[in-house]
Amino acid sequence: MSVEDFAPWDDPQATPLIRFENVTKRFGDFTAIDNISIDIFEKEFFALLGPSGCGKTTLMRLLGGFETPTEGRITIAGQDMVGIPPNKRAVNMMFQSYALFPHLSVADNIAFGLKRSGMPKDQIAARVEEMIKLVRLDRYAKRKPHQLSGGQKQRVALARSLAKAPKLLLLDEPLGALDKKLRTDTQFELMDIQEKTGTTFVIVTHDQEEAMTVASRVAVMDEGVMKQVDTPAQIYEMPNSAYVADFIGDVNLIEGKAQPMKGAVKIVTADTTMKAETDNSFAKDQKVTLAVRPEKVSISAKKPTKVNNAVQGKILDIAYLGNLSTYHVELASGQIIKAQAANQRRLSRRGFTWEDSVWLSWTDTAGVVLAE
Amino acid sequence: MRKFALIGTPYLWLFLFFLVPFGIVMKIALSDIALSIPPYDPKLDMSAGWQGIKDFFVALDFENFVWLTGDDLYWKAYLSSLKIALISTVLALIVGFPIAYAMANSAPHWRPTLMMLIILPFWTSFLIRVYAWIGILSKEGYLNQFLLATGLISEPLQMLNTQFAVYVGIVYTYLPFMVLPIYATLERLDESLLEAAEDLGCTRIQAFWLVTIPLAKPGMIAGCFLVFIPVIGEFVIPSLLGGSDTLMIGKVLWEEFFSNRDWPVASAVAIILLLILIIPIVLFQRNEQKQRELEG
Repeated sequence: MSVEDFAPWDDPQATPLIRFENVTKRFGDFTAIDNISIDIFEKEFFALLGPSGCGKTTLMRLLGGFETPTEGRITIAGQDMVGIPPNKRAVNMMFQSYALFPHLSVADNIAFGLKRSGMPKDQIAARVEEMIKLVRLDRYAKRKPHQLSGGQKQRVALARSLAKAPKLLLLDEPLGALDKKLRTDTQFELMDIQEKTGTTFVIVTHDQEEAMTVASRVAVMDEGVMKQVDTPAQIYEMPNSAYVADFIGDVNLIEGKAQPMKGAVKIVTADTTMKAETDNSFAKDQKVTLAVRPEKVSISAKKPTKVNNAVQGKILDIAYLGNLSTYHVELASGQIIKAQAANQRRLSRRGFTWEDSVWLSWTDTAGVVLAE
Repeated sequence: MRKFALIGTPYLWLFLFFLVPFGIVMKIALSDIALSIPPYDPKLDMSAGWQGIKDFFVALDFENFVWLTGDDLYWKAYLSSLKIALISTVLALIVGFPIAYAMANSAPHWRPTLMMLIILPFWTSFLIRVYAWIGILSKEGYLNQFLLATGLISEPLQMLNTQFAVYVGIVYTYLPFMVLPIYATLERLDESLLEAAEDLGCTRIQAFWLVTIPLAKPGMIAGCFLVFIPVIGEFVIPSLLGGSDTLMIGKVLWEEFFSNRDWPVASAVAIILLLILIIPIVLFQRNEQKQRELEG
């Protein structure tokens, strides 16, 4: 890892901007956040990822001051946040619904927070102009929110929440209401703005692709618990649980019994015995799951040599995605394994079709062995 | 043809039940009082032919309108009606807004019940409800008895037949017309707007003034018009609860018509009242349209 890499979480000397210490939040009997401890560093783009109801929005509202933790402590820049209302926090939030004030123009929406802070009038005007330029809404400053498109509203909301130059910006599903094309464009715009302003961003999303694209680190949440907090690459390549592996991208989960070896483990499944390299140690006959991404599984007509892991099966389904095809292959035990291959040839010259008997193979390092 | 019938129906309705009666009232207002049945002159005599129609139109004049300007009773009654309507509207707003606000902020499963409670008085006759206030406000009424019993007063207060009683009656009667439109706008208010205001540095109270009030404004304006417009012509409440000092145009109108049997003057009073009301009605329509555009 080079020195220029931005990875304060690997530096034990770095002091986090945000610190959650054993934070629990309950609503009546329901535990929305279950004993979470986490550090988020300055200038990070931190994504909270999870299915709806996993507690990611609650976590964000705790940061914004709209909820108070039942147990535990949240500090922002070393300051304990207990009893500090939203209007006294150097934190701004971009709401999922954008929450633009319908009775105010774009410029007045952006100026709203600045006016409350008692900034002199000419400075407010200058700052509003700056923000409008930043989100490229120059021609729309005098419009009311109902005269704007979804993408424009989203940008006004972003400009408004950035206007006060907060230490921390919270974004609650900021791109949820945009169509896919616009969303992808806006993701890069968001990253750009984050870099330009140097603000720490915490984004809530249920779209894993979005989280992977924008974030420096991703936290995968489920039922109020943080399953894994890591860089997008680590989360994808080295998931620490079947849940995370399954939630992020597509994955084959193959269950079996472990037979430990040196630096690796043999896994006995219903169909075959496979080998996977791992740093973790497992007991003999311990139930383990091998997680292999479909793009790491090769498909061939003949049995491949020089590979430890090869199984035979029958093509059940082919999902043609244009650039890729995903083959659903059924093994003798009934397990279905997905294999993805780039469509380097034209469709008419493709090798495999339905009901074909094929061999699937992957290397010892392709998969991750999970104890579960 | 069918399209024409569809569009034409409301116009036909308006023509038959608004324009024609208005024309008749206007005609009476331009006539002179007469000891006959009906008690005004001229009457259209079709048997006299063209000459009859000519005579009829020549006999019409604006004498009654001139008469209204001459007697200060009338313009005083108009002004007093406007004053009472204005004050009652403000009072209804002061009382109605907190009710609407509390309703909009109550738990969602309570809202239909609260709404029902607001509408419930309409299930009883308006007259009976106004009479009930006589029982409450009179010298021997419940309110005086209560105040005497608690020792707050030693002599019963004169409340009935005062302006106070009129305001109580009007605010009580027209309160739902104020509460319901305000409630409708407050209920639609997105909670996250208030959170956004707080997030941007407002206290709760500032957020109320800077977000809730401006967004409730169309509802407040609608409520004010819905109270103000009918109260100007109100007749029953001032005549039952108000004393002789309560001068309202509705009462004057009634007296001209039934006591004095001066139909032409009564009609002129009604025409002027209508002209006065057109201004707030047009403003009300404008407010409604603006609101629709904002939402559209």
